[in-house]
Order: sequence, then structure tokens, then C-alpha cells
Amino acid sequence: MYTQALDSHGKEPVPAASGESAAQAQRFQARVDAEDKIEPKDWMPDAYRQTLIRQISQHAHSEIVGMLPEGNWITRAPSLRRKAVLIAKVQDEGGHGMYLYSAAETLGISRAQMLEQLLSGAAKYSSIFNYPTLTWADVGAIGWLVDGAAIMNQIPICRCSYGPYARAMVRICKEESFHQRQGFEIMLTLAQGSDAQRAMAQDALNRWWWPSIMMFGPSDADSKHTAQSMRWKIKRFSNDELRQKFIDITVPQAQFLGLAIPDRELRWDPGTQHYLIGAIDWNEFHAVLAGHGPCNRERLEARRAADEAGRWVREAAAAHARKQHGRTPQAA
Amino acid sequence: MTLEAGMSEDWPLYEVFIRSRSGLEHKHVGSVHAADARMAIEHARDVYTRRQEGVSLWVVRSADIIASDPEEADALFEPARDKVYRHPTFYAIPEEVKNL
Repeated sequence: MYTQALDSHGKEPVPAASGESAAQAQRFQARVDAEDKIEPKDWMPDAYRQTLIRQISQHAHSEIVGMLPEGNWITRAPSLRRKAVLIAKVQDEGGHGMYLYSAAETLGISRAQMLEQLLSGAAKYSSIFNYPTLTWADVGAIGWLVDGAAIMNQIPICRCSYGPYARAMVRICKEESFHQRQGFEIMLTLAQGSDAQRAMAQDALNRWWWPSIMMFGPSDADSKHTAQSMRWKIKRFSNDELRQKFIDITVPQAQFLGLAIPDRELRWDPGTQHYLIGAIDWNEFHAVLAGHGPCNRERLEARRAADEAGRWVREAAAAHARKQHGRTPQAA
Repeated sequence: MTLEAGMSEDWPLYEVFIRSRSGLEHKHVGSVHAADARMAIEHARDVYTRRQEGVSLWVVRSADIIASDPEEADALFEPARDKVYRHPTFYAIPEEVKNL
């Protein structure tokens, strides 16, 4: 659900590793240019492999950590219907994480290594999940805005040059639409409710709007990896292009809800036929990404506690498998 | 797809195949980790069939799959490329001849 243009900052892509011939690299680029898909056992430049491992694993971590803010409201969902929907959505996010970890593993990194990177704090995940879900309206705002931004980011990745990632994305995008619509429905119900409910919806929009806008990553001018990722057809549109598309479709939806976008400078520009927004607070973005968001520590602690609490189950399952294996040698 | 050294903590990897409805073949959809085959089926069900995607599942230990080498793709598949006479469109038949 929630890729963020995380790949657009960090280390510069390394130039061709030694041992990679120019001819191999050229053949590879020609295949990519021809929209041929690259599959796990095919030759690929090491920098392509490393870029994908980083991007796919960060994407997977985002799905898994993304279960926490919404999971927070499962026990307090206002009706049985809302509870069933929210459980299904959170389960989907877990599933998306699994598809993505599987895709990353085809590049030669193990599940255990990725989990270790997440739990040690070495790996990044989408900064949006370091914000708290304070009210029920936040569950609506996340579905509507955060999943909406994620869909915008993810649809182009369905055409990514790396086959397993593209296939995982197709599956994810199919499931994502329900997430966004259930979120909008929650917002709509609140917006048509009592004064207190409308205020709750507005408050959620106030808090989630800017973090959602930031999900598209740094502006193009500050985006280091965009050009190379575009050449490799991992990325199809720049951060700013996707952000603008999201703003243009979301502003009218907010108007329909009768809610105000928390940006005094927001205006329709007839010349460009786009909504123009005020300045983005990039200091906040970088602070949250660097670990200083409201919930960074809490999220990692929750993941570590889950890993620790599940240890005996994993050990028991492994012991059971060994025992079964001993009884019937042909059973794997 | 292959798991090598240094990954000892992971349960074995299984590739998952789904038959979407009777009459169709099983198709590869992804993979899951599991301690044993039974758990692999259960994980595959949870991860890949939340929306009635299938009526039957296969799981196969990834390590047991033998795949062709992409480097040998030409040697394996190129010989079929110039045998266009294996396709019906290779043969020119006069318009007036019917049912061919």
C-alpha cells in the first residue's frame, strides 16, 4: 500500500561494479528500453539489484509497520461492519508485505536479513506511519489520503522492469482500491454527521494532509535517484508529477465532503489547469524520516515485541516439522 | 527464488500455485515461508486467496524446482524461431477453397 519515494534520497547509485562488462550492461539496457521484463535469474547490473532490494524491502517494511496505526482502532471500531472491514484491510497490508518480501527475496536477500534490518532500525519505511491515529476519523483519513497517495505511487510500478516486483504490484493495486473507498466512506459518514463528527473529520484531514503530500518524497530538484531509476524503468513518473496528480484529484473530493484543505495558499490555476499548494515543510519530512517523528520509537518497539512474543511459536513449529519429518521420511 | 547460506533462520521457501477455477491449470503466484508443507498450504491460503482467487493450491519446495538457465535460452528456444512452417498461416491457400 504505501510505497513512498524513499528511494530518492540516500546513497548515489554506484557505477558499474568491477567484473561487469560494458557489453552486458548495454544488452541489459536494450532489453529494458524494449520493455522486456527482467526475471530473477537474468543478468542484471549490481546497482540495479541493490536499488531494487532497497526499494522493495522498504516498501515491504512500510506495509508491515503500516498495520500498526490502523490496528490501533480494531478494538474500538464503531460498529461490527467497520470492525470487519478494518480487520480485512489490516490483513491485506500484512499480505502486501508478504508479496513484497517474496519479490525482494528473488534478488538474493533473505527474509531474515530484511527483518533484521527493520528491527535494528537500519531499514527505512514510509514516514507516514510515524504519525499517531488519535481518533476514529484518522482511520478514514488514512484510507482516503494515505492509500490514495499510495495508489498513485504504485500504479506506475505495475509496469516496473523487474518482473516479480511488477507482478506483486498488480496484485496489490487490485486490493488497494477497496482500502481507499472504505476510507472515503468513513469520512463521508462523519462529514454528514453531527457537528462533533464533522469537526473530527476536519481535524483528521488537518493532521494527515501534509504528511500524505510528503509521501511522494522530496521535490524533483532534490531527488537524487530519479534519473537512473527512470532509465531502468523502475520509476515512470517523477515525485512532483505524482504529487500534483494526487492533489488535483483529491482537492475536489475534499470539497465534496465539505472539508477544508489545511493550506491557505491552495488555489486553482486556470493557466496550468492544476491546483497549486503552499510550501511543503521539508524539515518536518526529514526529521520524521531521521527518527524524530511522533511515533518512530513506538512503531519499532511494537515490531520488536511482536517478534519476541512470536519466538516460541516459531520454535514450536520448527520442532513439530522436525518431528514429523523424522516419522515419515518422504514428507518434506 | 533460491535460498543460500547465511539464511538459516528462515523456514524453507515454498512456491505457490493456484487453480483459479476448475477447468483451468494451476498458475504460479508467489512464494511463502513455512516450517512444513501443511503450514505452507495454510500460509498460501492466507496470503494468496483472500478474495476467492482459487479452488486448489499447490506448494512446492523452491529448492526442488529445476529451472532452465537464461544463458541457455538461445540454445533451447532459438531453433524454433525459423520453423514458421509449423504455423497454419505459413501456407497460402486460394480464397475460394473453403473449410481449410
